[in-house]
Amino acid sequence: MTASTLPAHPSRQGRPNLFDLAALLCILGLAVLLASAGRHMLAPLSAPNAATIHLDPSWLPGYAVRTTLRMFAALMASLLFTFTYAVWAAKSRRAGLILVPVLDVLQSVPILGFLTFTVVFFMGLFPGQVMGAELAAIFTIFTSQAWNMAFSMYQSLRSIPPDLDEVARGFRLTSWQKFWRLEVPFAVPGLVWNAMISMSGGWFMVVYSETITVGNTDVLLPGIGSYVGTAIAQRDLWAVLYAIVTMLVVILGYDQLVFRPLVAWSARFATATIDARPAGDPWMLVLLRRTALLRRVTDSIGNGLTAIGGLPLGRRPSDARHKVRVPERVKDAGWTALLAGFCAVAAWQVWQYAHAAFSLAEIGHVVALGGLTLVRVIAMVLLASLIWVPAGVWLGLDAVRARRTQFVAQFMAAFPANLFFPIFVVFIVHFHLASDIWLTPLMILGTQWYILFNVVAGAASYPADLLEVARSLHVGGRLWWVRVILPGIVPYYITGAIAASGGAWNAAIAAEVANWGDVHLGAHGLGAYIAHATLRGDTAHVGLGMTIMAAFVLLFNRAVWRPLAEYARRHFTFS
Amino acid sequence: MTLPAAASPDPTHDELIRIVGCRQAYHKESAADLVVLDDVHLTLRSGEIVGLLGRSGSGKSTLLRIIAGLLPPTSGQVLWKGRELDGPVPGIAMVFQSFALFPWLTVQKNVELGLEAKGVPAAEREQLAENAIDLIGLGGYENAYPKELSGGMRQRVGLARALVVHPDLLLMDEPFSALDVLTAENLRTDLIELWAERRLPIKSVLLVTHNIEEAVLMCDRILVFSSNPGRVAHELSVPFAHPRNREDPAFRQLVDRIYALMTRRAPIVSEAELPGEEGPLPPPSVQIALPPLPINTMVGMMETLAADPLDGRADLPLLASRLQLELDDLFPLGESLQLLEFAELEDGDIILTQEGARFVQSAHDERKHILWHSLLHNIPLVRTIRSVLDERPNHRASAERFRDELEDSMSPDYAKQTLQTLIGWARYAELFDFDEEADQLFLDEEPS
Repeated sequence: MTASTLPAHPSRQGRPNLFDLAALLCILGLAVLLASAGRHMLAPLSAPNAATIHLDPSWLPGYAVRTTLRMFAALMASLLFTFTYAVWAAKSRRAGLILVPVLDVLQSVPILGFLTFTVVFFMGLFPGQVMGAELAAIFTIFTSQAWNMAFSMYQSLRSIPPDLDEVARGFRLTSWQKFWRLEVPFAVPGLVWNAMISMSGGWFMVVYSETITVGNTDVLLPGIGSYVGTAIAQRDLWAVLYAIVTMLVVILGYDQLVFRPLVAWSARFATATIDARPAGDPWMLVLLRRTALLRRVTDSIGNGLTAIGGLPLGRRPSDARHKVRVPERVKDAGWTALLAGFCAVAAWQVWQYAHAAFSLAEIGHVVALGGLTLVRVIAMVLLASLIWVPAGVWLGLDAVRARRTQFVAQFMAAFPANLFFPIFVVFIVHFHLASDIWLTPLMILGTQWYILFNVVAGAASYPADLLEVARSLHVGGRLWWVRVILPGIVPYYITGAIAASGGAWNAAIAAEVANWGDVHLGAHGLGAYIAHATLRGDTAHVGLGMTIMAAFVLLFNRAVWRPLAEYARRHFTFS
Repeated sequence: MTLPAAASPDPTHDELIRIVGCRQAYHKESAADLVVLDDVHLTLRSGEIVGLLGRSGSGKSTLLRIIAGLLPPTSGQVLWKGRELDGPVPGIAMVFQSFALFPWLTVQKNVELGLEAKGVPAAEREQLAENAIDLIGLGGYENAYPKELSGGMRQRVGLARALVVHPDLLLMDEPFSALDVLTAENLRTDLIELWAERRLPIKSVLLVTHNIEEAVLMCDRILVFSSNPGRVAHELSVPFAHPRNREDPAFRQLVDRIYALMTRRAPIVSEAELPGEEGPLPPPSVQIALPPLPINTMVGMMETLAADPLDGRADLPLLASRLQLELDDLFPLGESLQLLEFAELEDGDIILTQEGARFVQSAHDERKHILWHSLLHNIPLVRTIRSVLDERPNHRASAERFRDELEDSMSPDYAKQTLQTLIGWARYAELFDFDEEADQLFLDEEPS
């Protein structure tokens, strides 16, 4: 392996060096920012309705910090959730029976819909404090990350390599030791990757959730999202542009300071030799590894954590042997019966409620709206594919272009597309375009990039000898596309399309309605239905809309995407 | 620095492991349980290296995991130093075929893992690990990660990790089979040298292998395993002193003898089960599992056998070294040829039959014809498939059904494998074809 994968040798003698100075300055700056932002969090909510957001660009850095802090608070919460829920689901077969399907459903529920419930809940928990609104926003971001991460953790825990498991049991590691020595490290690469992918969705959510209006509760949390919200209300296009630039800087910083170092670091935990990571370590990781002082601090923290992971807590494997089989089965039956009973009662309750609250006609109407949105999602995925598949192939077949495109596309995917919405809306308003058609592209604005970067990845890893065969046989034109390149990238394309369509469903809630000053645009669809119900604070209808949307997403995944992905896996993979 | 010398091999041969009537079966939903190990008896004493020699799938790795306490036997007794074994014990350590190193831990940390679990203080842990690493010849590599090491070095780490806890019994699960020939030989020699000099902190070694020469080179006692179900078929002691010479005539003789033992023809259906005798009738067709063996390999083997220096007969050990084939490649090949009546195995030799010789001399179309007849004649399942396909108006039948039939006498994995191999052979003979998409077998053209 290359020298870069060797543990960077602790700097000579451990004397502070120039790198330390740089690192120290960074830390100091961060601390000041954190302190000032934290002060506001606990401030009384003097008059949240009147909270003023200043459109002067000099306020933007401060707003950016608050937005970023919300992101990281949510990330912490998601980690906590992952290490409890997912671990419980994986360790206890009986708990897994119910926890895993619940997670599967939660993954498909449109996240923006949660806002209605959480705002009411958290504002009730902390009346009169900004804290309540903050927590509601953080929870919204949490919902965009936690399910993904928990699923990744669960799957890792269930696929521990059997030989390593045997080593751990053979040496009689306790359950605690095994968890920290084997299971967590094994789960790290997947977890880091999923956390980072979820962050993209998170930026979208944070922007959206900073201006919350649920019925009479109207909250403006200082941040980039509320800045844009205010700019929209005041029809200030320049302010929107400032916000976009600020966001670019924030995401660039996050990508360079957090994302890349983390992914490079997590590669150490990969069990199989995975495809080449970007050549060389990211500069931030190099900086961290070269600073003598910081390194000593992190090393001692690391050693402390390692020691905690090595504590002989929990059961030794041999104890597990003495289980008696028969009562297990009885307990299982009891547990299943309990779950079934609980589900029946819940179903009865929901039926009762729905029966009283909604007429059959209304439900039919909402399903029809869902159909409209479905048509939009399909149309947009097709449109994006028409554009990005040829472009992605062209970009991906050249190594240099592929690398640059990967960077840009990943970056764009992380960028909260809703910051661009006002620009589109200005056009629609200006040219009096039909909002039913022209609001549609907003849905795919942020998620089209998944198609691009997956196609690029597919084209970049296309076997070179097959391309040479095609060239030597003079295969060109349509035949080349149909016989040579498209089948080879299908599995990648499908991965991208699944991500794009999932994201589009969720974005529908934000994209099917739009405002510019006092002009209100709306398209007909399930997203608009949920958005309007949220605005009215009409919990029952939000719930109905969310349920129908979740059902659409689940059905669409099961009926279309999964079989397609399975088919592609069997027919279009090399090896 | 060396590790404290092991207790010298005890003249009283104190017993470490005793296995009495051990049986391991996997429960199947539809048919009878799948028996992997049946009625295995085994005793391990201090001061010996014992080899478990057998084909893949003979259950020897399962037995090793039972001894390691990782797997409870379905029935039977496992005694560790006279007491019932009820899970992993500190006195047993294992070395894996796949090395099983933690990729996120350095060599040093990997080796320390077992000590850490025992609660050995950090300073002592470090010292012990360093000693073990030095002993096994990896000094200087302490801070490397496994991915930076070659296969041979990785297995040395695996060895050091097992040795550092000073186990009484070292279990080795085909420890050299993932290594290339030279590396494996180097590691074997080093290990035997350390053992002979009594520098290994262990009392006994149990080595699972499918390499006959390796067993004769390293072990004091060899237990030959039979397959389906696995049981100890023969026990041989190896009277040579270390270091052993592979070219020594006595060494060669022993290797030949084991080859002969392992190729001794086992009746596929024993006489007692044949219809006409008293007792219940056996199932109409007992199927045997087939290895993933492409027809070209078999043709190549037959051509080699028929060609000049061999002239239709070859000594298996010689053939193995000549063709660079492992035991696990050679035996399935020989047995499949035997099944098709193209060759016979006898006393460690393989002999081409008349039919086999005719096959080699024929042109392509004629070969297809010969294989066609041989498949129909010798493999009942092929006969069944063909007659089912002939009967059906559309000449198609689900492959699932035949897989189910196979699963009556083997595990689902083997059933899948066996059918796949049969399809490969049948396609060569143009007996029938397979539609992977629909998972159906079919006849390509109208039967004449």
